[in-house]
Amino acid sequence: MRIAVLALQGAFIEHEKMLASLGAECFEIRALSDLNRPFDGLVLPGGESTVQGRLLKDLGLFEPLKAKIEAGLPVLATCAGMILLSEKLSGDQTVWFGTLPCTVKRNAYGRQLASFHSEDEFKGLGRVPMTFIRAPAVQSVKPECQVLAVTRGIISAVRCENQLALAFHPELDGDPRVHRYFLGMVQKAQNGALKMAS
Amino acid sequence: MQQAKTKQSQDPKERAKLNRELAQMLKGGVIMDVTTPEQAKIAEDAGACAVMALERIPADIRAAGGVSRMSDPAMIEGIQKAVSIPVMAKCRIGHFAEAQVLEAIDIDYIDESEVLSPADDVYHIDKTKFKVPFVCGARDLGEALRRIAEGASMIRTKGEPGTGDVVQAVRHLRKMNEGIARVAALGADELYEEAHRLGVPLDLVQYVHEHRRLPVVNFAAGGIATPADAALMMQLGAEGIFVGSGIFKSGNPAKRAAAIVKATTGFKDPALVAKLSENLGEAMVGINENEIQVLMAERGK
Repeated sequence: MRIAVLALQGAFIEHEKMLASLGAECFEIRALSDLNRPFDGLVLPGGESTVQGRLLKDLGLFEPLKAKIEAGLPVLATCAGMILLSEKLSGDQTVWFGTLPCTVKRNAYGRQLASFHSEDEFKGLGRVPMTFIRAPAVQSVKPECQVLAVTRGIISAVRCENQLALAFHPELDGDPRVHRYFLGMVQKAQNGALKMAS
Repeated sequence: MQQAKTKQSQDPKERAKLNRELAQMLKGGVIMDVTTPEQAKIAEDAGACAVMALERIPADIRAAGGVSRMSDPAMIEGIQKAVSIPVMAKCRIGHFAEAQVLEAIDIDYIDESEVLSPADDVYHIDKTKFKVPFVCGARDLGEALRRIAEGASMIRTKGEPGTGDVVQAVRHLRKMNEGIARVAALGADELYEEAHRLGVPLDLVQYVHEHRRLPVVNFAAGGIATPADAALMMQLGAEGIFVGSGIFKSGNPAKRAAAIVKATTGFKDPALVAKLSENLGEAMVGINENEIQVLMAERGK
């Protein structure tokens, strides 16, 4: 299983370490030529969504990655990544990939002094540690979007088909369950593709 | 949905972890000095991952001379309103009351900075007393670990601000790498003596020994003026870049800012850096290290 990690800006190495510890092979996407390598899943890491979005477009990565996500490539998106995926940002006209049917509010909790750590129920995984850094929040979801976690009464994790988006950072707390869940999604998508081929 | 209700985290250990983690989110990015909301917008649009709000950029501080202090909070708040990315601001070394003011206006990161005139020539701020994160300058491993022991959750090289001369940032980063390599190579039973020699707590030396890196994120700062400067610092192991005077003292700030951002991401790709370096217009003039009167990097050790 080979996972591509978007490595334009932010906390991408933390994801690579976590995925490697689970036995997945990772490589970084920094330029268009990196897309020539085949991969089975994609990670959109935390960082600044404005920086990542701009670089995605300027480096010519935006359209090919969007096409892959639309075609069903499994994606794990954390924090800034969730902003990149969502189809609507509250109070902001910007839309990046726009593939995830939900509305997200940037910096929903406030500035750094409002960053916090929590432990909450994640559907199917039990209680998992969750770190929110200047985090966004999911304000509303369309019916095709499944809510996987709620923190302080606000949606903090959603899934829509092969897109898994989190407002928090599972790569920071040493708990591999969310990443394992994502690798399970990748495995399932692979099996599905094999079945289709045969 | 109403503004999400938040309860500020009170546990100091958890706070310190969250503050280090914000620095992790800034990695691979460029933090730019700005003096007005308009400049902050230019920086954000060019792809800055954060801005440093200050009244005068280091080159002008150097030119003006005199005592240089924390910026007017109203000016900082103007910049906070203008952009959605994190906003940092500088306080003087040891001036914990300035730091309290910055915390009170909900700043995202405080730079306890040698660019401003030091307020205390012996002590730095006890940063563990604050909820807001601090970044501090360091010229070598000992200085970095002393600042971390005081509560800094991010380190940057000191460089020589406002000069456009990258030589000191390179010197500091190489010295830092050398110090880390040395600690990593020591035997476990030699670490106590090394901690003593550096004047830092043993557990921090043990961390460096085990992980071959600082316990916090380390950026390069001081004299970075071109995409190639950024690529140089990233290849030397910096995890991100501060650009002070280099952008708004140049001929075409928006273009230069965007080029430095892309070079920081694509630092391993010389063809890309070459393309980014084309037709950027006038770089800041700069002054050489031996032409200047005040070495800011010598402030606070």
